[in-house]
Amino acid sequence: MPHLRAEDLREMLGRDLPGAVQDPSPLQIVPPPSHGPQHGSFVTGDALIDPSRILEAALYMRDTLGYTYLSDIAVTDYLTDGLLEVVYRFYHVDGGPSLALKARLPRENPALPSLTPDWPGANFHEREAFDLYGITFVGHPFLRRIYMWDEFEGFPMRKDFPKQGDKYIGEDE
Amino acid sequence: MIKTEELQINIGPQHPSTHGVFRMLVTVDGETITDLKPVFGYLHRNHEQIAEVNTYLQNMPYTDRLDYFNSMANNHAYAIAVEKLAGIEVPERAEYIRVLMVELTRVLNHAGALGFLINDMGAWQTQLAFGMREREKILDLFESASGARLMCNYFRFGGVVRDLPDDFMPRLKDLLVAMPAFIDELERLLRENEILLQRSEGIGILPRDLAIAYSVTGPVLRASGVAYDVRKAEPYSVYDRFDFDVPVGSVGDVYDRILVRIEEMRQSKRIIEQIIEQLPDAQGGHINPKARQNVRPPVGDVYARVESPKGELGFYLVSDGSTKPYRYKVRAPSFINLTPLGDMCRGYKVADVVVILGSIDIVMGEVDR
Repeated sequence: MPHLRAEDLREMLGRDLPGAVQDPSPLQIVPPPSHGPQHGSFVTGDALIDPSRILEAALYMRDTLGYTYLSDIAVTDYLTDGLLEVVYRFYHVDGGPSLALKARLPRENPALPSLTPDWPGANFHEREAFDLYGITFVGHPFLRRIYMWDEFEGFPMRKDFPKQGDKYIGEDE
Repeated sequence: MIKTEELQINIGPQHPSTHGVFRMLVTVDGETITDLKPVFGYLHRNHEQIAEVNTYLQNMPYTDRLDYFNSMANNHAYAIAVEKLAGIEVPERAEYIRVLMVELTRVLNHAGALGFLINDMGAWQTQLAFGMREREKILDLFESASGARLMCNYFRFGGVVRDLPDDFMPRLKDLLVAMPAFIDELERLLRENEILLQRSEGIGILPRDLAIAYSVTGPVLRASGVAYDVRKAEPYSVYDRFDFDVPVGSVGDVYDRILVRIEEMRQSKRIIEQIIEQLPDAQGGHINPKARQNVRPPVGDVYARVESPKGELGFYLVSDGSTKPYRYKVRAPSFINLTPLGDMCRGYKVADVVVILGSIDIVMGEVDR
C-alpha cells in the first residue's frame, strides 16, 4: 500500500517536471459579514501546479506513480485573493491516503486543460466546475451546463453571486 | 443490409424506472442503443451554496437530504470531515455506535436497491416487498435510537446525539438472528429467477480498466473486479478492528452487481456481530463531553471520505475560522457512478437501460444536490 505524502509528491514533481510546481502563497480569507468578524490566512500543504501543466502532472501521477484513480475535482473561490483554486484528488487502487494537485486560476476567463480525454471520469466533475464556477476546460468533448439550464447567466457558486432576490422577477414587474 | 434511420428518444424525466426526476437522451438504431446522454439537474437546489450560509451543525441534518436512503452514512462522512478539521476526538463507544448504524444502513440500502432493481425488470412488487419488509425492521431500530426513521440526524461532532436505548440491543440481536434467513431467501429469489438471469447476465458490462478510468466507486467498482473498499483501503473510525471480506465480481455485469450487494449484506452482518461483542468493553460515552457543537475550526482545508453503501462519499471543507464553512463540497457517489452509463448501455437494447440504471443504484437527491 503506497504511503506517499504531499511533501514527497512536491519533491518528486519538482525533480521530474522542472518548473511545474509553484510556491504556494498564503490564501487570505475574509468571510462575508454574516460569517462573523474573523478572517485569516493559510498556506496549503499540497502540490500547487502551474495551470498550463496540470495535464502533464496528472499523467505523471497516473503513469509514473500509479495513482490511476481520479476521485474528485473541487473548486473554491477565494474572492479576496481574486483567484479560483481547483483541487484534483488522486488515489492508488491498492489503497492509502489521497494525493492532491492544486491549480490557481484568475477569476476572469479561467481556463484549464481538460482531463476528460485521458480520464473519462473527470467528465461530470469538469462540467460541474464549468456550470457553477465558469471554468473553461479546453479539450472537453461536451462542455455544457450540468445542473443549471443552458440559458442561465452567471455562476452560482462564486462568492460574489447575489444570494438574495430573483433576477428573473423584478425590474419590469 | 438495410439502412435504418437513427432515432432520438427521451427516457424520463417523468418515468417510473428512472428513480427520480432523471432524463436519458437515448439514440437508438432499431432496438439497439448507439448513444446515451444522462441529463439531470431537475432537483438541483445548490446544496453546497446553502450549506455555506449555515453553521457547521446546521448542515448535519441537511446532509441527511443528500442520499435520503442512507442518512446515517452521510452524517458519518460529514462528522468525520468536521472532526478532522476542528481536531475533535471521538470516544471509542461512540465510534462503535456509529459503525453499527452505518452497517445497518448498508443492509437497508442493498435490500431496497435489489428490490427496486427486480421491480425494474418487471417482476412486480414481490421481491421489493421482501426487501422493504426487512428495511422496516431496521428503520424501527433507527427510530428507537434517533427518533426518526429516514432523516435520522443522529451524529454530532465528537459522537452521536444520545446513547442507545435499553431495548436496542435485544431488538438488534433478534434482527440479526432473522437476517441470514432473509438474505438467503432474497438470494434464492434472485438466483433461481429465470427472468432475472436472462435480464442481467452479460448485460451492462463495465470492464475493470474502464471502471477505474471512470472513477466509479462502491459495489459497481467491486463488481468489475477491483477489490477497492475505503473501509480497507484507508480505514477510518474503528474499521481496522473488524474482520470482514470485500466481495468482488468477475465480469462486471448487472448480475455481478447483484451478487456483490448480497455478499456485502452478509459482511455487514459479520461486522455488526463483532460490534456487539466489542461494544461492552468500549471506553467512553456516546459523545465527547468536551466537544463544542458550535465549532469554529482553524483556517484550513480538509477532505474526508467514507464507504457509503453507494460508493465513496467525501466532503471537502475549507474553513475561514468562523462558525460557517467557507467551502463545502460533496463528492457524491451516485453522481460519479452515472458517468459511464453511456458506455455501459451502448450496444444493448432499450429495455436493458432501466436494468443497467437500476444496477448502479442512484438517488437523485445526491446526484442533483
